[in-house]
Amino acid sequence: MSLSVLENIPENDPLARPEQKAEIDRIIAAHKSVPGATMVILNELQSQIGHISLTMQAYVAKELKVPYGAVHGVVSFYSFFTTQPRGRHTLKFCMGTACYVGGMPQLIEKAKQQLGIEMGQTTKDGSITLEVCRCVGACSQAPVIVVDDEAVGRVKPNKLPQLIRKCEAQ
Amino acid sequence: MSYFRSHILVCIDPACLAKGAHEVEDALQDELVAQGLIDEIQVLETSRIGGCSNGPELMVYPEGLHYVGLTPDDVPYLVEEHFLKGRPVKKFMEQIAVVTDEELGPPKPKEVRVVLRNCGQIDPNNIEDYIAEDGYEALAKALAMTPEAVIDEVSRSGLRGRGGAGFPAAKKWQLCRNVNDSPKYLTCNADEGDPGAFMNRRVLEGDPHSVIEGMIIAAFAIGASYGYVYCRAEYPLAVKTLNIAIQQAREFGLLGENILGSGFSFDLEVRVGAGAFVCGEETALIASIEGKRGEPRPRPPFPAVKGVWGKPTNNNNVETYAVVPQIMLKGADWYASMGTAKSKGTKTFAIGGDVNNAGLIEVPIGMTIREVVYDVAGGIRDGKGFKAVQIGGPMGGCLTTAHLDLPIDYESLTAAGAMMGSGGLVVMDEETCMVDIARFFMEFTQDESCGKCTPCRVGTKRMLEILERICNGEGKDGDIERLELLSQQIVKTSLCGLGQGAPNPVISTLKLFRHEYEAHIYEKRCPAKVCRALIHYQIEDNCTGCMVCARNCPVEAISGQRRAVHVIDPNVCIKCGICMQVCNFNAVAVTS
Repeated sequence: MSLSVLENIPENDPLARPEQKAEIDRIIAAHKSVPGATMVILNELQSQIGHISLTMQAYVAKELKVPYGAVHGVVSFYSFFTTQPRGRHTLKFCMGTACYVGGMPQLIEKAKQQLGIEMGQTTKDGSITLEVCRCVGACSQAPVIVVDDEAVGRVKPNKLPQLIRKCEAQ
Repeated sequence: MSYFRSHILVCIDPACLAKGAHEVEDALQDELVAQGLIDEIQVLETSRIGGCSNGPELMVYPEGLHYVGLTPDDVPYLVEEHFLKGRPVKKFMEQIAVVTDEELGPPKPKEVRVVLRNCGQIDPNNIEDYIAEDGYEALAKALAMTPEAVIDEVSRSGLRGRGGAGFPAAKKWQLCRNVNDSPKYLTCNADEGDPGAFMNRRVLEGDPHSVIEGMIIAAFAIGASYGYVYCRAEYPLAVKTLNIAIQQAREFGLLGENILGSGFSFDLEVRVGAGAFVCGEETALIASIEGKRGEPRPRPPFPAVKGVWGKPTNNNNVETYAVVPQIMLKGADWYASMGTAKSKGTKTFAIGGDVNNAGLIEVPIGMTIREVVYDVAGGIRDGKGFKAVQIGGPMGGCLTTAHLDLPIDYESLTAAGAMMGSGGLVVMDEETCMVDIARFFMEFTQDESCGKCTPCRVGTKRMLEILERICNGEGKDGDIERLELLSQQIVKTSLCGLGQGAPNPVISTLKLFRHEYEAHIYEKRCPAKVCRALIHYQIEDNCTGCMVCARNCPVEAISGQRRAVHVIDPNVCIKCGICMQVCNFNAVAVTS
């Protein structure tokens, strides 16, 4: 891979959409001069755009005047960065000790079965992405599922379908 | 601004208004004027006080008394008794509804709150609340001292790093101060990644200024000019709260140029991680702040010599910084009066798992595990038996009933094969399989291994494969010995704490629960009935045929007519255990 990916940006890439491109430029411009800018910019891109495509990584590298590999190395290292778009809603299943002991494996099984996808995948209609995540620190409410940014605690297997249906409807 | 000795808050939500809240308020105003108290007592309207089931209601501050069910006719008596004579009127009083905070309720028996003292007590988004609780007084005191005197005070307090290793904080500061290079940096490790630990999150969310104040004091002692709080991305609220707090501290002149006119300047910012556990290791944390892959590097040089941007850097944990203002304010002797001979002060723990009162606690160091589990955390849930407590997170170890009287301090825990770690305590009852727990932690560390050094990258993978095999009922003779050998090698040869600690859960469970490993390998049996490949679910005769299990089974393995005993097809069953969880009649049994 090299910066040449920027010569041929796929149609569905955020960089090919003027609105998102403007947002990307704004984020890069705002943090460019901060020491250690790579992480700050990637974090912002992940939260604002939703993912960091390979072309976006190349674009960041070009703008920051750092090697493409340095940016890609950072993106691939941290689990919060994704290179594929996520669904409209993300269900993150906490895999902390308390949640694990509190029945998380059963919940994951149930969710996979209901949506017909594996962890890390997105439903065909683009509504829900399933993910496992590290301890969110809400252990006193285990087991916990983080729906988008909100932690839902004490989830029971028979409550899960309702939770999923609510997400699908929104 | 006029000063009022008392404030009366009248609830004016629709329910109270309907019951005549405005009439009561008018009567209050009239009566206060009549009694000549209107310049001393202020009446305010507020939107909602409590449940409002018994309105009109009002709240009197500073006492915090809640009066309910008042009519205008009651007002003269109330004003005369309470505001003139100073006698609260019992018949109108209601106990303030206690808001249940599942993480941090009122102090439990034997708790001593130093770090957590303000959490849940003050508004974290308002610096004035913190200042009202003697906030930033310690900073003023420290800035009037010499940096050496500040370090000396912390040194005499005996404060040790709360990140887990327990290195004396003052010694660390002194090392960094002694390095002849500038600028110097300060980092705060808020990358609390241990599953089951959330003490730091709560401090950052509930009392962010204590951390900021501690950092400014430390920066002054060391001579640092800029600081970073490295917070994990899983804690968005903590990041937000911290940013608000830092902004407010700047506005108050507590961060920035010439702090409190002392000539000392310091500022700080929050850097957010992106989901990498290894960034809790200090050299990895520094790499991440610099915007790189969070990979550790060999030490020396230690961060005190070469840290952020290659400059001297002091790194401490959230809790370490948060306790510093208290030490400066109340004195080293006060702090050193708590704890044991070698470990002073208090420590916060997140206690979770199968205990009655899960949540955050803070106890003097040296309290025994028995006291923590039974007295503070209320014992084991559902009256089950205590099996083990896992302490120190994925790099820690397990302790059993034999260790119940072990004092919790750095040295005792290490000697017993566990470690203090950041302070996550997961209590497990009889229904927990220790091989499965070891596998769970190994899966975690294996996944979080950064891959830089071979023993950790490859070694943890091999260990995980063996553990998975054992849990799947495919364990072989010699597996235990192979695990032991791998453990020794990984501990000895890994680059950083993650690899060096990764085999700990296996080492400690092998030492204490070897028979469980043997049952899995030689008898193909899981004594705790957890490992899926080794267990079977069946429905007993007391099944009422309510069909709840059949509806909830993810693979439709359960069949049977309504009101007739159901049957699980063992060939379809994936042993997820959902049927057992949802059954209201305890009709689903598991055997191994």
